[in-house]
Amino acid sequence: MNQQDQPRAATESSVERTAEVWKALKEVRDPEIPVLSLVDLNIVRSVEVTEGCVKVEMVPTFAGCPALNIMRDEVVSKLRSLGFEHVEVEFTLHRRWSTDDLSEEALEKLRTFGIAPPVHLMSPEAGSHLERLQRAVAQPVLCPFCGSTETKLDAFFGSTLCKQLYFCTSCQQSFDRFKPV
Amino acid sequence: MSLTIPSPIPLEHFKRFILSMADDELVLGHRDSEWTGHAPILEEDIAFSNIAQDEIGHALVWYTMYEELGGPSPDEMGFLREWNDFLCCHFVTYPRGDFAYTVVRQYLYDVAEQVRLRALLSSSVEALRSVAEKLIREESYHLLHSQSLVERLGDATPESHDRMQRAVTEAFPQALGIFEELEGESSLIESGVFVGNTALKSDWLKEVVPVLRKASLHVPVQLDAENVRVLAAADEGGRRGRHLEHLKQLVEDMQQVYRLAPQSQW
Repeated sequence: MNQQDQPRAATESSVERTAEVWKALKEVRDPEIPVLSLVDLNIVRSVEVTEGCVKVEMVPTFAGCPALNIMRDEVVSKLRSLGFEHVEVEFTLHRRWSTDDLSEEALEKLRTFGIAPPVHLMSPEAGSHLERLQRAVAQPVLCPFCGSTETKLDAFFGSTLCKQLYFCTSCQQSFDRFKPV
Repeated sequence: MSLTIPSPIPLEHFKRFILSMADDELVLGHRDSEWTGHAPILEEDIAFSNIAQDEIGHALVWYTMYEELGGPSPDEMGFLREWNDFLCCHFVTYPRGDFAYTVVRQYLYDVAEQVRLRALLSSSVEALRSVAEKLIREESYHLLHSQSLVERLGDATPESHDRMQRAVTEAFPQALGIFEELEGESSLIESGVFVGNTALKSDWLKEVVPVLRKASLHVPVQLDAENVRVLAAADEGGRRGRHLEHLKQLVEDMQQVYRLAPQSQW
């Protein structure tokens, strides 16, 4: 922190500072899926700026995801570089994280990265989460490379907690599908 | 951050309930991780490695809640506690055994967890509802996976049937121990924390018995009208901290590195 003598936070309104923080968080990427920022992933839920301090509330994607700690560290160093002396990152489970809430833009970014995006879980038919999941995994998955529906589930799990392994019989390629949760 | 629970709920009993779930997840996660690099096929190697990571992540969620209730940190709970202070059921502590045993154990546990989390979705404690809402999404994948293996392996070949049957015979009485009554459970039921283990066991039986039977596997139960009567003695003691040697060895193994340098940052 070499420019701390300049009380930037005090001279700017916290509204502008908050906007700066959101902009910076759009540059922090998921270490495993670098086409998506933390904002694309809908992980960042609130930003609170007071004087030289900023508090960021985030929701975990998968509870056991090891990338969460990396994301936290990157948020801290990114926001320190904006001149904040104190950066607090809090993970909360009190807000829902579901792939259903990902934007169309985020889904398209996944597709271009070679990962089949998750289908919507919440269907009009009611039922338990398990039943909704059963219906979701029964839907055809489009190959992100050739667009074919001639694909099959190869393994129920994948290279990271958020993915499942599929195989496209049309273009003969394996690909990942983001798990709908 | 701290968490307060509504005053009629006895804190110590509530904490033990949280801890029993945390310990189940950590210990089963550790057993699942023992398949990394050793499962019979690559897909299952990946599956059990993923499941282990999920379960240990879920243990962290519960230990974090325990800390917010005034307990030690998650690392201290996992890595510095004595083995006889764990409150997991015996079931999760048994060695991984034959792969058939692993599949059956995971299935019986996944259903138990499903019914438990489903019940917690309507708990009187908001924090439990939030956690259940989160975890059930991830756990549902475990159940779809383990149930599909049970359905396929139960009557695929004479060998798979024999091995699965041996696993069910061994695992079923052990699995009943998941539902061992907790200390102060009646007060948790009265204050609406959860419906209690007797109710959970009954939901569990209604789900697992038909699936196992359909997979040609014999289950030691008798069906009288609507009720399922269990003809096996539950393997209990874990919820009171009375454990078997298996857990002692597992905990020694799991804590070995951490205890070498507890102050290290990983």
